[in-house]
Amino acid sequence: MPRYTFKEFKSDQEVRWCPGCGDHGVLAALQRALPDVTEALGYSKERYVVVSGIGCSSRLPYYMNTYGFHSIHGRATAISTGIKVANPDLTVWQACGDGDALAIGGNHFIHAVRRNVDINIILFNNQIYGLTKGQYSPTSRFGAISKTSPYGTVEQPFNPGSLVLGAKGTFFARSLDSELKLNSEIMLAAAKHDGCSVMEMLVNCVIFNDGTHKVISDKEHRADRTIVLRHGEKMIFGKNRDKGLVLDGMGLRVVTIGENGVTENDVLVHDAHSDNVGIHMMLADMKYPDFPVALGVIRDVKAVTYDDGVRDQVIDQKAKSKIQCVDDLLRSGSTWEVK
Amino acid sequence: MQHKVIDTKDVVIRFAGDSGDGMQLTGSLFADMSAIFGNGLSTFPDYPAEIRAPHGTVSGVSGFQVHIGSEQVTTPGDFCDLLVAMNPAALKANAKWLKRTAMVLMDADTFDEDGLKRAGLGEDPITELHIEDRTIIVAPITTLTHESLKDSGLDKKTIEKCKNMFTLGMACYIYNRPMEYIFQYLERKFGKKKPELVEPNKKVLKDGFNYAANIQAIANTYSIEPAQQPKGLYRNINGNQATAWGLLAAAEKANLPLFCGSYPITPATGILEELALHKSLGAKTVQAEDEIAGVCTAIGAAFAGNLAVTTTSGPGLSLKSEALGLAVMTELPLVVVDVQRAGPSTGIPTKTEQTDLNQALYGRNGECPMVVMAAHSPAHCFDAAFNAAKIAVEHMTPVLLLTEGFLGNGSEPWLIPSMKDYPKIVPPFAQPNTVYKPFQRDPETLVRRWAVPGMAGCEHRVGGLEKNHDGVISSDPANHEMMCRERYEKVQRVPVPKLEVECGPLKGGRLLVVSWGGTYGHVSSAVNAAMAEDCDVAFAHFDYIMPLPSNTADVFANYDKILVCELNSGQFVNYLRAELPQFKYAQLNKVQGQPFLVQEIVDAIKSNY
Repeated sequence: MPRYTFKEFKSDQEVRWCPGCGDHGVLAALQRALPDVTEALGYSKERYVVVSGIGCSSRLPYYMNTYGFHSIHGRATAISTGIKVANPDLTVWQACGDGDALAIGGNHFIHAVRRNVDINIILFNNQIYGLTKGQYSPTSRFGAISKTSPYGTVEQPFNPGSLVLGAKGTFFARSLDSELKLNSEIMLAAAKHDGCSVMEMLVNCVIFNDGTHKVISDKEHRADRTIVLRHGEKMIFGKNRDKGLVLDGMGLRVVTIGENGVTENDVLVHDAHSDNVGIHMMLADMKYPDFPVALGVIRDVKAVTYDDGVRDQVIDQKAKSKIQCVDDLLRSGSTWEVK
Repeated sequence: MQHKVIDTKDVVIRFAGDSGDGMQLTGSLFADMSAIFGNGLSTFPDYPAEIRAPHGTVSGVSGFQVHIGSEQVTTPGDFCDLLVAMNPAALKANAKWLKRTAMVLMDADTFDEDGLKRAGLGEDPITELHIEDRTIIVAPITTLTHESLKDSGLDKKTIEKCKNMFTLGMACYIYNRPMEYIFQYLERKFGKKKPELVEPNKKVLKDGFNYAANIQAIANTYSIEPAQQPKGLYRNINGNQATAWGLLAAAEKANLPLFCGSYPITPATGILEELALHKSLGAKTVQAEDEIAGVCTAIGAAFAGNLAVTTTSGPGLSLKSEALGLAVMTELPLVVVDVQRAGPSTGIPTKTEQTDLNQALYGRNGECPMVVMAAHSPAHCFDAAFNAAKIAVEHMTPVLLLTEGFLGNGSEPWLIPSMKDYPKIVPPFAQPNTVYKPFQRDPETLVRRWAVPGMAGCEHRVGGLEKNHDGVISSDPANHEMMCRERYEKVQRVPVPKLEVECGPLKGGRLLVVSWGGTYGHVSSAVNAAMAEDCDVAFAHFDYIMPLPSNTADVFANYDKILVCELNSGQFVNYLRAELPQFKYAQLNKVQGQPFLVQEIVDAIKSNY
């Protein structure tokens, strides 16, 4: 098979996101990741299906030169599930926003995670409704001012990570829109993961929520306020690579290596493959300023997938059942002959 | 007293009791046994929404009506010849369905002070319910069942569960039914899992039969000869099962895997349950998290190249509306089955109606046409589902198949067809590695081609946004109007069978009686009855509603007046008024959650004749 480049995954459609929108970076990362995915997993391009719901980020399928389905608000996850179950040989990618996946489509989202359908969900989280021009979303922080919350919201936001892990999700990763390389790396890991992979991309909306992630994404502070987790590597972060995470009683604590007798050996090693969801939950829940925000693949565990389960039952029954065609079915059970 | 066996053409038996008394099973067994005996048959389960409503109350009465005949039977019958009432509430709820000549079989043990009070009856229910002139047989069925099984070693609760077998035994005596089938059923049901229940149930059944033979109260018994039927292999089938099997048959003929995404809802759940059984035929079922996910998983499966189906009932169809618009816009094949029930809202979930027609035709945003068709009997659900799938796949359109609770749960004998007699279904697949334009159409049928993920070189995007023929998003005014017109015209060009006048004058008639869907049996029976009373009326039935048969206007033109009978307030007649305004229409409507009575239709025919 010839090696694809990102160009083969680019469609001829003009990208219509606002200049400076964080979605551009995620699209670029996906187009750069898919040649690697294709090579690593032996897929051919016609096996990719990119699905979306409604919202700014849901325009993404039009920009991919693959099979694509731009569906209706909130339902991308249900459509992806249908595609994957109908043909498990396809590789399904989904683009959806925080409103799309967590408000109107929240039900489908948690059930796809619970069932562990083998789809790759890129959740564009800009904490705002952009396409309807600036209303608060289920991930907007408490008190956020928007057109529909002129005096601030009075509701707690979802943290997508804890939602996914609470629903027994098998794969969760988080990143920033501008982390092109890390994002492609996450996407490759998601592709390799059998089951429902949720990748939360913290994206900036330049028009309606500019700078919503700035406090952590700002180049100046990013290294100190985020931590990139990689399986098997020490949980070390900081501009000077001198900060780390350690377990302290029931929780996590930030330490400085070289201070108070703390050495690198005391710092936790990330185990994304651990079944125990407790520490993954703590990592996903970390918030600035008490903690660095966790980026990278936080959880990646093996579990049976829904689509395999459905397919296996069909294979199993085909081998076992006396009913092999509809004529057999029609004649099964109680019948009688009129002579 | 001399015992007589009276030959009779047909009888209607209604089994009624508490929801937990096993009346649905008793009725089904009586029906199946009669079907195997060779009688014409139609059944009507009439049960409450509560699984176990308060014991002994009228709201908890579950009924099962069986109509058997020595000729073909097309309705479950208006009124009954025998009512089995397992408690006072069952008697109270069903007294109004007794023929003048009817027999009532009551369990005396339940007609105590408490039982009468629970049913809201006084000391003398027979007088109170004005049924003194019927033949009333009061048998201590509970006591006799206990007596029959006193040496069985079974506990009290298990013994009481057998009392429905006692009544079934009595009914077998009264109607000269061979009990062999029930013995076989009991062996099948309990033989492996609970073998200790086989003999006790058989014994109670036989004791019920013998008891009926020995008491003097039953003067005559009845014999219903087998009906003249075409030769062949038969089975009993209900509408939901037939719908599921019709879909499986279509998948086989189309050589596509069947995918069903559904959410449980009364009375449609039986279809999903039936499909879930038949994985050996490649059926994949997804019990979705909600109705919307049901249809959306199906739309995804259609995009991925499966024969996609979603099944539901009225409120569920409302939830699916937006997604059905997506299926229309993306022009993907999809079968939607709506087993209609009494609405609006939750309505009366277990009762039948034809009130979703407007929703089927118009219940979506924008101009959103899809094929709408209806099944006319339990067994016909097989052909209707097959044809719905054939149209969906070959014309790249969603098809809405309307059935009804009455059809879904009702059953009838069915001459088993052979798949070799069914046509092939040919999906309009695109050719890999050719130039593919998603909405380029066949000039005759306006059908687009189907490129399925995995097909190399045909990568394309579909979605809810308006597009041009090339599949590119377009908000061009002229393009939008053209695409709307093409989507409508594509549905109009689906070839459907011609409307046939089934009986009565073909030309120059005074009255054409028209029906659609599950009222077929009642309306055809009524037309026959009216003809027997010298009303020279004609009858035509619609299986296809959108599009209408192309000759509809030609047929209607032969009559002075068209009488449209339907179980709603006039949805089909108003559709006909809009489509074919040049004719004179009359209407018969009923919105009670109950099927028509044949007599109601006969009366309407006479007053419009």
